[in-house]
Parts: sequence; structure tokens; C-alpha cells
Amino acid sequence: MNLFLDNHSPLEGESAKRGQRPKLSRWGVRSLGIAPALCLALAAPPAAAEIIHQERSIYRDIVVDQTGPRRCLIFNVHRGDRNQTCVDVDDPEKLVFTYTRMTFAGLLLQPRPQRILVAGLGGGSIPLALSDLFPDARIDVVEIDQAVVNVAEEFFFFAETDNMQVTVADARNFIKRRGLEGTQYDYIVLDAFTGDYIPEHLMTREFLREVQTVLAPDGVLIANTFSTSRLYDHESVTYQFVFDEFYNFKLRRSGNRIIIARHAPLPPRDELRQRSRELEDSLSKYGIPITQYPSRLSTRIDWNMGSRLLTDQYSPANLLRDGHR
Amino acid sequence: MNARSLSRPVVACMAFIGGFCIMTVEMLGVRIMSPYFGGSQYVWGSIITVFMLALALGYLLGGRLSTRRPNPVVYALFFVGAGLLCLPLILLADSIMHPIFLAVPDPRYGSLIASVVMFFAPTCILGMISPYSVRLLVEHRDHSGSMAGLLFFVSTIGSAAGTLGTSFYFVLWLEVNQILWCAALALAAAGAIILLSAYFSVLRGVK
Repeated sequence: MNLFLDNHSPLEGESAKRGQRPKLSRWGVRSLGIAPALCLALAAPPAAAEIIHQERSIYRDIVVDQTGPRRCLIFNVHRGDRNQTCVDVDDPEKLVFTYTRMTFAGLLLQPRPQRILVAGLGGGSIPLALSDLFPDARIDVVEIDQAVVNVAEEFFFFAETDNMQVTVADARNFIKRRGLEGTQYDYIVLDAFTGDYIPEHLMTREFLREVQTVLAPDGVLIANTFSTSRLYDHESVTYQFVFDEFYNFKLRRSGNRIIIARHAPLPPRDELRQRSRELEDSLSKYGIPITQYPSRLSTRIDWNMGSRLLTDQYSPANLLRDGHR
Repeated sequence: MNARSLSRPVVACMAFIGGFCIMTVEMLGVRIMSPYFGGSQYVWGSIITVFMLALALGYLLGGRLSTRRPNPVVYALFFVGAGLLCLPLILLADSIMHPIFLAVPDPRYGSLIASVVMFFAPTCILGMISPYSVRLLVEHRDHSGSMAGLLFFVSTIGSAAGTLGTSFYFVLWLEVNQILWCAALALAAAGAIILLSAYFSVLRGVK
């Protein structure tokens, strides 16, 4: 699971860079010489992040650290990195990241999914919440890295159930095969991008068409994607090409952009508002402010329509993200 | 035409082009295969294994062939042949990979088989270029080592340039198939240059 930007978000203050202290204490230390008494009062010592697990998989270095009750999964810590997912160990149901909560806006289009696919496990908070919400739904999770599955199970309360199974595989491979078998899902979450390296074959027109084949007629696709850099434009035109229109869901608190799409034309906003009120109670324990979402789902085109489509023939996503020409 | 009808700079350039194209194709391997087999490390593993085996066999066969009347025509045919064998990558990649994808559930072996089918033949022929180039330039036993060293040098520099150019720039500017067309055309052009160069050196010899 993802991602790269929640932790760059100043408001949310996910200071994922290890060793970086919370803002308050930095400020406190700097002003120590001026008003020691005041600062000592303000600057409660930052709870030290303790590394509770570390392992190296073939894809990445995985670190689990804990600061107070907040436990985070971090990939590639040496490059100064990124929380993939965090849980509050005292309240594990609550979704810590804004972007994780945002993916549940998909329920506004499909409030009762029965067949769910989540690509990218991370700490497992999205599939866990979905399985908790819809105990009768069949959930397939596809994750490329066995080590991530192990860590999610050991440290992030994730567990497979009769209805929720994890397959260790590449998402493209998995989805292509499900498509050939004729399997369909009515709720698909694509959350397979780490901030570090983007799987370029999961961003192309051809891949999205394969996703379309496994998307049931009344199903919804929720993709966690990039909200910054040139990649935003390329990705937007690619989704637009395949799905015609989609909801573009951005919140100032999060650097992520969630794309929500389906086969049919998008519903009227009143319908979304109605649904959000119906969902409000069941989602509140996860901390998902669903009633605030309908007005934030935008169909306005705010990307460069002239950007080149990402295809299997042309998908230098990692170079584009870093702004190379 | 005989072994000595090609000048040293021409053979060196050709070795460079051969090395360049090997790595261009190799670097595109994952892009070609990831729609079917994903982009995991084992896909790289399959590709590199197949390239190594194909090059190994190419070196052996190229060395053998160089002992039998080495001449520019055979040399040119390596390039043209390798260029032609790149065409299935462009025109038939999906028809090759789809049945393999269906028949082999494990993407490790699927990608390995697909790599063999798609990359073995062109890479093997490209591998023949190096030992054959050495034979074309060696006139005395005394300098055979230095000629071999020179050719390994330029072909490996070519490989480095092909790797960097493809992964840093070509994929940003061009589609995968466009890059492959360029590689195939470059190889065909190399074959043509060899023949022309040998032809003119024979003409000069006659005068």
C-alpha cells in the first residue's frame, strides 16, 4: 500500500523522515535561549520512535517503528522515507491517514460491495476495514511482496479470513488472469504505488482496460494516485481516455489524489449526499468523515489535456514523476 | 573479399553498435514482458539469464565460424540477421506471450519461456559479432590479445551507452516499438556499411 505524500503533508505532520522531530519541539529547542521557562513548558519531550522490526525483502527495506501508540510501516528508510501505513495500537480500527480514509469515498458509488479487490496490502488497513464493514463480502488482496504480508500480519493486526485472502503476485498478472477467468469485482482499490518506485505497468491504458474487464457493471474503481508532478497530467489523461469521466478527489490535508471511476456515467451529487448520510454511522468508528466527501468529488479538468497518454509502449512514470525531459 | 578488407575503425564501430543494441533490447525486455508477467525481480532474472546464455552460445558459434574463411559478408549477415530477428519482438510480442501466459501459471517460468522465445535468437547472433570481429582484425598472433582487448573495450562501451541511453532517455522520448525499430534499422544499416566498406576496399585494392 501506499504512499508517498501523506507524509509530506504539513498539516497532517507525518514526519516520516526518521530522526525528524515533531514541529513543536523543534521550535521549542530553537527558542530555548530566549525564553527558557516558556519553552520548557511547551516542549514536551518528543516520544522517541522505536524501531520494533526491520527486514529486507527483495523489493525494499521494511521498517516498523512505533512512537507512543502510533506504529508505522516504512519502506526504504535509508532514503529518508515514507510511511506506508500507520496504526494507532490503542485504537487499531481508526484509519490514521487521510488518503486511506479517502478511498472509502468509493462507497458513495457502491455502498454494498460483495466482491472486493485490493491491489497493494501495505499494513492492511484498507482491507481490514472493508472486511469489518462487509463481513460477507469476498475480498481478494494482491500484494507483490511476501515480506509485506508477513509484517502486516505480525505488526498491523492483519489476518486472512475465510472471506479475505491474500495472493502474493504482481497485480497486473493477477488482474489479467482474473479477467480471463471472467471474475468480476464490484469494488476495486488500486493502492500499489510506493513513493519510491512506481510500477509503470500499472499506470497504462492497457492495464486500466484490464481493470475494466474485471470491474462489474455496477462496480467502482478507486485508485490512489499522484497529485503532484507531471505524472498527474499523464495519469489524468490516461484515466480519462479509458473511463471518459471520473471523480477527482483531493483534500488539502493529503498530497494524494484519489480517482473514483465506474462504467456508467457518474451519479448526480444529491445521490452521493444521500448515500453519505446513510453511511455516516457505520464509517464513524474508522474516523471517515464521509458526509464531507460528496462536495469534494470534482469532475473539473485541472490537468493538461495535451499530456501524452501512458501506454504499455510509453510509460516512463518514474522519470516523469521526477520531472525529467 | 577477405578478412582484411575491413579497416580497424569500421570493425570497432560495428562492435560498438552490436554492444549498444544488445543492451537496448535487454533493457526493454521488462517493458515488453511486464503486461503479462509483471515487473518483478524474477522477470529481470529471466531476461538476464536468457541474454547470458544466448551470448555465451553466440561467442562460441561466432568463434567457430571465424575459423572458416572469415569474410565481411558473413559478418554483415550477423547484423542483418540480428536486425531481422528483432522484428518478432515488435510485430509478434503479444501473440508470443499470450499463449505462454495461458499455459504457464507461474510468472517466473512464464517469463523465462517467453524470454527464450523472444530474445534468445537475436541475442545469440549479436554474440557472434565479438569473436568474429577479433578474427577480422587479427593479422598476427602477436597482437591478437590487443585486438581482442580493443574490441571488448568498444563493444562493452557500446553496451554501457545502450543501457544508459535506453533507460534514461529513449523510453522518455519514444515508444518501446519505436526504439526497437531504431535498433533493428541500426543493425541493418551496420550490415550495409560493412558490405559497402568491404566493396570499396576491394575496389581500391584492384586499382
